[in-house]
Amino acid sequence: MASLARRALSVASPLTLRIVAECPVTKARVCDLILPHCTVNTPVFMPVGTQGTLKGITVDQLEDLGCQICLGNTYHLGMRPGPDLIEKANDLHGFMNWKRNLLTDSGGFQMVSLVELSEVTEEGVKFKSPYDGKEILLSPEKSISIQNSLGSDIMMQLDDVVSSTVTGPRVEEAMHRSVRWLDRCIAANKNPHKQNLFAIIQGGLNSKLRKACLDEMTKRDVPGFAIGGLSGGEEKDDFWRMVTLSTDHLPREKPRYLMGVGYAVDLVVCVALGCDMFDCVFPTRTARFGSALVPWGSLQVKQKQYAKDFQPIDPDCQCPTCKRHSRAYLHALFKSDTAAMHHVTIHNISYQLTLMRSVRQSIMEGRFPEFIQSFMKRMFPSRDQYPSWTVDALASVNITLQ
Amino acid sequence: MAGGRMQLELSRVVQGRSRLGVLKGLGRTGQHSLEVPGCLLYTHFGTVPHLTQDTLHTLRNLPSVTQVTLSNIAEHQEVLEEFKDGFRKFAGLHDTVVYCSLHDPATLCPTGYTTNKTVSVWGSGGRIELTVAKFMALQKTVQPDWYQSMADGETWQNSTSRKRVRKSVDRTLAHLDECLLVHQKSQELDGVEVFGVVEGGDILEERVRSARETAKRPVAGFCLDGLQTASMDQRLRTQLITAVNKELPEDKPRLLQGVGRPDEVLACVEAGVDLFESFFPFQVTERGCALCFSFDISPDPERAGRAPPEVLELSEEKDAAGDTKQNGDLNHDDQTQMTSFEINLKDKRYQDDFRPLVEGCGCYCCKNHQRAYLHHLLVTNELLAGVLLMIHNTSHYHGFFSALREALAKDKLDLLKTRVLRAGAQQMEREEQDG
Repeated sequence: MASLARRALSVASPLTLRIVAECPVTKARVCDLILPHCTVNTPVFMPVGTQGTLKGITVDQLEDLGCQICLGNTYHLGMRPGPDLIEKANDLHGFMNWKRNLLTDSGGFQMVSLVELSEVTEEGVKFKSPYDGKEILLSPEKSISIQNSLGSDIMMQLDDVVSSTVTGPRVEEAMHRSVRWLDRCIAANKNPHKQNLFAIIQGGLNSKLRKACLDEMTKRDVPGFAIGGLSGGEEKDDFWRMVTLSTDHLPREKPRYLMGVGYAVDLVVCVALGCDMFDCVFPTRTARFGSALVPWGSLQVKQKQYAKDFQPIDPDCQCPTCKRHSRAYLHALFKSDTAAMHHVTIHNISYQLTLMRSVRQSIMEGRFPEFIQSFMKRMFPSRDQYPSWTVDALASVNITLQ
Repeated sequence: MAGGRMQLELSRVVQGRSRLGVLKGLGRTGQHSLEVPGCLLYTHFGTVPHLTQDTLHTLRNLPSVTQVTLSNIAEHQEVLEEFKDGFRKFAGLHDTVVYCSLHDPATLCPTGYTTNKTVSVWGSGGRIELTVAKFMALQKTVQPDWYQSMADGETWQNSTSRKRVRKSVDRTLAHLDECLLVHQKSQELDGVEVFGVVEGGDILEERVRSARETAKRPVAGFCLDGLQTASMDQRLRTQLITAVNKELPEDKPRLLQGVGRPDEVLACVEAGVDLFESFFPFQVTERGCALCFSFDISPDPERAGRAPPEVLELSEEKDAAGDTKQNGDLNHDDQTQMTSFEINLKDKRYQDDFRPLVEGCGCYCCKNHQRAYLHHLLVTNELLAGVLLMIHNTSHYHGFFSALREALAKDKLDLLKTRVLRAGAQQMEREEQDG
């Protein structure tokens, strides 16, 4: 009966979460996230295509890698080419010709991290455009308006973003304001039947504030929740505690999106702590510097030691790069052509997506705890090199690292 | 000489000079062939610029011959020596013929470093000096299917003296003889073809001398050097090539180095050139432009007498942007100047142009993306711009060569010239006026 009711609701909702499996040991789950353009299998890593492109990779290549959802950036696209043009182009999907799902963030993070002289008021965030020096106000309404034009399947609320290293009353002010801005975002959404608006839990590293935020935001009927305000340089010991506190108090039947997390170890641990969705620029950004992600860490292809190394980046990897090219060739190619970057980008995206697929598979087969053990073993030279925060975090969900 | 099986089969010779045919017996097993007139596949170190296998293979009918250059490869000699199995395998190239040239045609080298015994190439770490011994050691390591012999082509500057031109001919012949000596003794190069290089700057007698002498050597074909786009106008180039080709055997292919603009290609084919390097699409890509000149020679009564839309567009753009070249100035240093065979996608007018780059073009870029998107990618400095433009420009350029061959087969060269040159007409007029 309950499932019938849920199905009836989902006809109107552009998001349905089907829980496929739950780990009996940790808080991990496997879900199918049904979105307007296709189903997304979670846990999922979402590559970031900031300006309507994934750094040298075509949409076909991205599709072939199995990517079901990627990110676009409201701030950047709002500046160039602007929402009006994208609307004319049949929204961001049409503009970049991406047939699967898109998630756009609100622009809030860039406002704070990229632009000078940004001033936050109740109205919104005031800042100076880097392109023409004009003063712009990014309000909740404006952010949602741009995202409505972009036509993303998942939109993020505009939140009052505060660095995770900031303490004091500013954190509380930002948390409360984020709640108020969430309500304004919900009201401003012109396309609730096509576009899903996610709330973003704030509260910094303060459990009380986080809890208060969770209590308030979960009262709103949004299709999903993001855990924000983390992954900004804070201590990992604080980081994981806030993540697990959040997932403890977020509804089971809605997706949990942990923003800005993408390192392999962080992904695995945070899946164990109950998160479903992740995004990070790291894998694609580091690729362009020749840094290839591998099960045992990373490999700096541009380093001299690889000049005569005739194996692929990862002999076990099935990506197009590893199937055809050696470390030595890529090492040399970095001196001759940009394609070297593309090769490594493809490999890194493949690594991330494959990792998540393996995690998902292991949860479905009831062997996620074993997966974690062998993952950590592969990643670190020895047990005493395991970061203490991972030991603590996993212990909190009944995993004792061997 | 332990040569290969390269054979030129001509099916037509139009008006005594333009040649149409197939270059057969290419590669170690002699299985590959290349239609002529045709172009080689231009690469950086075995990679078509910006492209990985997946993006490269969205292109149909790629040339069967891949060009690699010692300017990219020389600095990696040690690595290749340790690898042992040759460049093709090292680069993950499958089923292609590897042709190794000395220089990268897209970049002009600094001059003044050539000596009687050496030439220099510039890698990522700086200048590398090559003696014939080192040059041949490289060939043995690269193991191409075909290479040009070491040559001194430093005659492309206007100020090159007669004495210097003569030296370049003498040195190049000496290098060729030395190369062939080593080649004949090398088992690693068994079955590998060597092309001799014809030099001579802009001096007719030297060109003829170089051609005659080179033709006496047991080479599989001829590279024509020192005639690069930046070095002279087409009228002189045609004159020199015509004179050179008179001295060369009809049944051996002629590869022209450093010339790629469509109008120049047409003129050089008419002068008897068979093969070109395909670096021009790369140069167009690097300046954020897309090739769009028409090469359509299909019989369409509705089109006759009406300028194709791209031509009108180009005229508008030229009027708006002013002259793309300064009057009377060939601008030797800048091969990066935009030509009238392309559109500049950074131009504001493409901001909301939702058409493909070229209507009717079947390439991946035109099937999937619009001018507005390319404009956005260029304005925001996104890497994908290079990928998509390279795909389109490569496709368009090879389409042009295909049309050229068809035109020769069907006696429609004049029609093709009209189509292609209408776009560049204003450009050429200016060149002719300046002599």
